[in-house]
Order: sequence, then structure tokens, then C-alpha cells
Amino acid sequence: MTDAVALKPIPVTVLTGYLGAGKTTLLNRILSESHGKKYAVIVNEFGEIGIDNDLIVESDEEIYEMNNGCVCCTVRGDLIRVVEGLMRRPGRFDGIIVETTGLADPVPVAQTFFMDDDVRTKTELDAVVALVDAKHLPLRLKDSREAEDQIAFADVVVINKTDLVSPAELAQIEDVVRAINPAARVYKTSRSGVDLSHVLNQGAFNLKRALENDPHFLTAGDDHVCGPDCDHDHGHDHHHHDHDHDHDHAHHDHGHDHHHGHHGHDHHNHGPSPIHDVTVQSVSLRGGEMIADRFFPWIQKITQTEGPNILRLKGIIAFKGDEERYVIQGVHMIIEGDHQRAWKEGEVHESRLVFIGRELDREKLEASFKACQAAA
Amino acid sequence: MPTVAPIDIDGHVLAVEFLNDVPYFVGAAGTIHRFEGGERVTEAGQGLLTCVRDGYSESLIVGGEDGKVQRIAADGSISLIAEAPLKWITQVASGPQGAVAYAHGKTTFVALADGSTKEFTEERTVEGIAFAPKGLRIAVARYNGVTLHWVGTSGAPVNLEWKGAHNGVTFSPDGQFVVTTMQENALHGWKLDPKAGTDARHMRMTGYPAKVKSLSWSAKGKWLASSGAPAAIVWPFQGKDGPMGKAPLELGSRANIMATCVRFHPAEDIVAIGFIDGMILAVRVADSKEALLRRPGNGAITSLSWSKSGKTLAFASAAGDCGIVDIAA
Repeated sequence: MTDAVALKPIPVTVLTGYLGAGKTTLLNRILSESHGKKYAVIVNEFGEIGIDNDLIVESDEEIYEMNNGCVCCTVRGDLIRVVEGLMRRPGRFDGIIVETTGLADPVPVAQTFFMDDDVRTKTELDAVVALVDAKHLPLRLKDSREAEDQIAFADVVVINKTDLVSPAELAQIEDVVRAINPAARVYKTSRSGVDLSHVLNQGAFNLKRALENDPHFLTAGDDHVCGPDCDHDHGHDHHHHDHDHDHDHAHHDHGHDHHHGHHGHDHHNHGPSPIHDVTVQSVSLRGGEMIADRFFPWIQKITQTEGPNILRLKGIIAFKGDEERYVIQGVHMIIEGDHQRAWKEGEVHESRLVFIGRELDREKLEASFKACQAAA
Repeated sequence: MPTVAPIDIDGHVLAVEFLNDVPYFVGAAGTIHRFEGGERVTEAGQGLLTCVRDGYSESLIVGGEDGKVQRIAADGSISLIAEAPLKWITQVASGPQGAVAYAHGKTTFVALADGSTKEFTEERTVEGIAFAPKGLRIAVARYNGVTLHWVGTSGAPVNLEWKGAHNGVTFSPDGQFVVTTMQENALHGWKLDPKAGTDARHMRMTGYPAKVKSLSWSAKGKWLASSGAPAAIVWPFQGKDGPMGKAPLELGSRANIMATCVRFHPAEDIVAIGFIDGMILAVRVADSKEALLRRPGNGAITSLSWSKSGKTLAFASAAGDCGIVDIAA
């Protein structure tokens, strides 16, 4: 009985966003709208959650550095404890939502779901969703690094309060968001009115569902802009966690996400971001078929040496002589990859990889990535 | 093979303990089942997170999702010790003279029999609490170490530092050693030095393939058994320096099947080992001789408890398939 329930990992949605971005409103919608699902919610403060739900757990953020010599390997100790408690009775809910404080670094939250064995075997990080206040984003970016980190780290960015800005301002905000994170799905809404199907059950960290949801991942000249009708099929092919208990930063699970090209809009300001306070950059790499024996040592080395600067990485890799697409995802030094599906007939065997982070050496990344290619 | 009387309880069972030789099974859903002739059920709230047996009386102390710390007496009656609305109480400990410690956030509260409460605040979240075997003293596990507080006096706390997250803490029965379980797959120990002005000495106990969640001292405190491996890892504490420089015993080894719970016999150096697949072994420390007490079941063993006489072993599981083993049979 309990076992059957416990076998399927419970999806976890991480909700980030600055104070006033609309997290509480969105949370209240998730808890009150009739979608047939029940959620356990882990919050920092009960605050204004107006819903009577016995599965709201208050938890003090407690960040632990792992004793493995890696400064970016941090986890949230409080989450480990609360998730353990919740998962003893998994039949009570269909998913877990973690609401972070406005200033919270989303990284330890996400890493908890990869670095703690107990949490990993019972849950599955579904997506990191960042809410952005359209009106105040420029100011937030100016005075804090967290606002930028939250966008950079997200799988889904919801630009909220669009009714408070002009269309031109909104276009600019969207450009900034896409400049920070070209790999995220971006939705625009007001009063946190985003379709919940764009927020919950995304499978963004699930390698098998991964890029399946995103046929346009890093496609040049992609005109695809996600509208409300954009129905991405979410397969339910849950990736099986591999429980080998070694704690080096090698394999964990991830899936992927979505992205809609940074190119698909009709705005005319394609120059550098008009907001000068952005320190996160992204480096998108494209190449042909790769040699596995070159690619893996390369990606391991990059993540080992540049890990602290890499917030996220995502990619699809075509290996020479491999019939299947290989998908890869990473958070700082944690990377995981897996075969996703066979290449379709006529599909171009192309490798695409995006790094989102700070102080990334674009030229070096490009050159070393290209060096992993098989000779044309 | 000894006879097993199966007991089915709905859902995850947190703990089983004997009170007056009657087994009490504590369900995570908040029900407490005791088997005294027939089954009797007590409701102790909507959800329980932790349960310890009071070592000083015939009662249990539970902490719940409703923020309540309660005492369950042998007759099944419940008394409220403290309440912290909206907080999850994941840590409780029982001490002498009716003292009960519990924690939420960064603060440990010690409720005393006279109705007063002492508070001890750490810089980081309290992850584990233990009472010392002698004197009204507590150890509080936290990030980067353990803090020892005297409850009754205003003596300065003693900080035992070791980098990393410490999730649980225990004193050796003679009070000479403090051992923590860590977020990393390791235990850490300190020998408490009675000489003033000298630092406690460290013991690193590492090499586990998984996190250690269960610890048990042998009756005389010569051995400390632990889970976290596909065997019980049993550290020698006979010498004055504890296990320093010594290798642990590996008892009841199985291929890749993790031990999830360990519990020493109340009198002899025999440890009961519960595994993730529900199997239970009893192993004698002296010669590593194993006896199969229960074949694999539906869920991981979450708790093991011996009756006072040591002739009965009760077990609880994450799937609710619990039972009582008659060793004498």
C-alpha cells in the first residue's frame, strides 16, 4: 500500500520571486483552484496565505555547506527534515511546493533535491518558477543580485503585473529576462493569473521529459513564442533515479526545459540590455556531432573549475555513432546526463548547450566545446 | 526460527516501545496502538513526527505536526506538555525529574516538572537533543557541532565544534562520550574531558555508504551500533579513548541491503538489526553469530524495541507491517 505510493517520486515546485512579485497570490490560487490536486506547501512564513490547509509547513531557511570542499555545494537542512516528515505519509498530497523568501538564493533549495539521498529517492524537482514584478524589476536588478539569480536559475519565469507597465516597458523587461536566461519558458500575466499548467508539473529537471517538451531548444531563428494555447506535451516517463551513493559531483537527475528563442520578438531594441545592472550572462553553444571521450572530460572539467560561476547549464548532445540524443543539465558543479530518445529520421545531429552564469569566458567555452567535435 | 506475531497498522509507523511489557506502536498519522489483550487505539493528533520512550517513567513523549509535545502514559492517557502552534516538533528528549526537551527553529525548550520552562537558543537550527545520563544537562546538535547546556544552573554552555551539519546526538551511558549523526555519511564523537580548560577530543567515524539514522548503545555502553550501511556498524567504546584508532565491527552484513534500524538487547551484547526490506537479524557481538528473526516484509524497519526481559522484540515498519517476535520460542 504505502510502498506503491512511495515508489513514484513526488514532484516539487520551487517558487521564487522578490517580495511583492505575487508569490502569495499565485500560491493561494494553486491551493484554492479546483485542479484535483493537493499540494503540501513549505513556506518561510505563513504570512498572508489565506487558505486553510493543514499541509502548510513553516520552516526556517537553514543553509548547510556540504563537507566536501565545494563552496557551492549547499543544501537546505530544513527542507531535508520537512520532506522526510511529509514523505512518511505521501498519500496526503500530489506535490510539494517550496516558497522561498524574496531574498533567498534558489540554488541550495534546488541542490537539496539532488544532493540528499533520502530526498532524492522520494521526490523529484519539477521546476524552479520565478515570479518577476514587471514594474519593479529594473529597480530590483539595480539593488540586488538575488533578483537576477532567481531569473537566471528558473525554468519558468512569470512576468507578473504586466498591467502596471506600458507595452514598450514590458517588451524591455522581457528582453532583459531573456538576456539573463534564454533557456527559460517565459509567460506574461497580471495578478498572478498565469495558467497553472505552465507552472506545475513541468518536468523541467527530468531528463526523459527534458527537451521533449521543447522542440525549439536553442534553435536559431526560432519564432516560437509561448502563448496560452501552446500545449507542450508532458509525457509521464519518470526518470529512474540511480542510487549509487557516491557523492562526487557527477550524476544526478535533471531534465530540462524549455526555451523560446531570444529571437522571436518584434521589438526593435536588440542591442545590449538597456538595463545595465545585469551581471548574469548566457553562453549558447552549437556544434555538430561530439566525441564522447572528449566531451565528458571537458564538461566535467568545466563544471569542476567554473562550477561556482555556472548557475545552470542545459543541452542536447549528438554523439558520433550514437543513435540517441543525449541530454545534459547542471547546477553549479552537479551535472547529470542521460539518453533521451532516438534521433528521428532526417533530424540534424546537432549539439546545443547553454551556460547561464557569471564571468563566463565565451571564447574559451566556444573553442573548447568545438574541440570536442568529431571531424566533419 | 522464533515465532513472529504480525500486526498490521495503516501507514508509516514511527516507533515501537514497551511500557510495562506492553508494546506501543506509534503511527505517523497520529494513532497509538497498544496490545494489551486486544488492540487499543489512542488518538494523539493529526500527525506525529517523533517519539521517544521516557527512560525515567513508563511513558512516551511525542512531537507532532500540530506543534504539540505530549506525554502518553501506560494507560493510553495523553497529557499536553507544551504547544507551539504552527511549528513542527521533530525533536523531543526526556530527562530526569520529569524534564522534557523539545525544539523548533533555533531554540530548545526544557519543560520541567514544576511547570517552568527553560530556553536555550543556538545560532543555527536545533537538529537533535539528548539528555546526559547524569545531571540535568542537555546536548543540542546543530550546524558545526554540539552545544552542552546545564538546565538547572546558569553555567556557561560548552561548545563542541566540528564542521558540518549534525542531525542527531547521543550520550554514551557513562556520560563520557557525545556522538552525533551527520548530514554527511558519518558519525562524529567527542570525549568529554573532565579536566577544566582542556578541549574535548574528537572521534571521526566515517566510511558509511548512507546517512546514519539509527544509533544504539549496548547495555553497558561498550559498543555503539549504527545503521547507514548494509550491516550494523558497531564501534568499540571499551577503552578510555573510545573507538579512536580502532576499526568497527560489521555485523549482519548483507549484499546492498541497507540496515535502517539497530537496537541493542537490554542485558546482553546482542544487537537487533532491521533492514530496508523488512528483514530483521539478531547478531551476537562476541562471535558475530546471526539469527534470522523475521523474513523481508513490505517496508523498511523504522523501529525496534526489546521488552525488559529481552525475550520479546517488537518491530515497526514504514509500510505498517509490524509485529512482535518471541525470541524464547
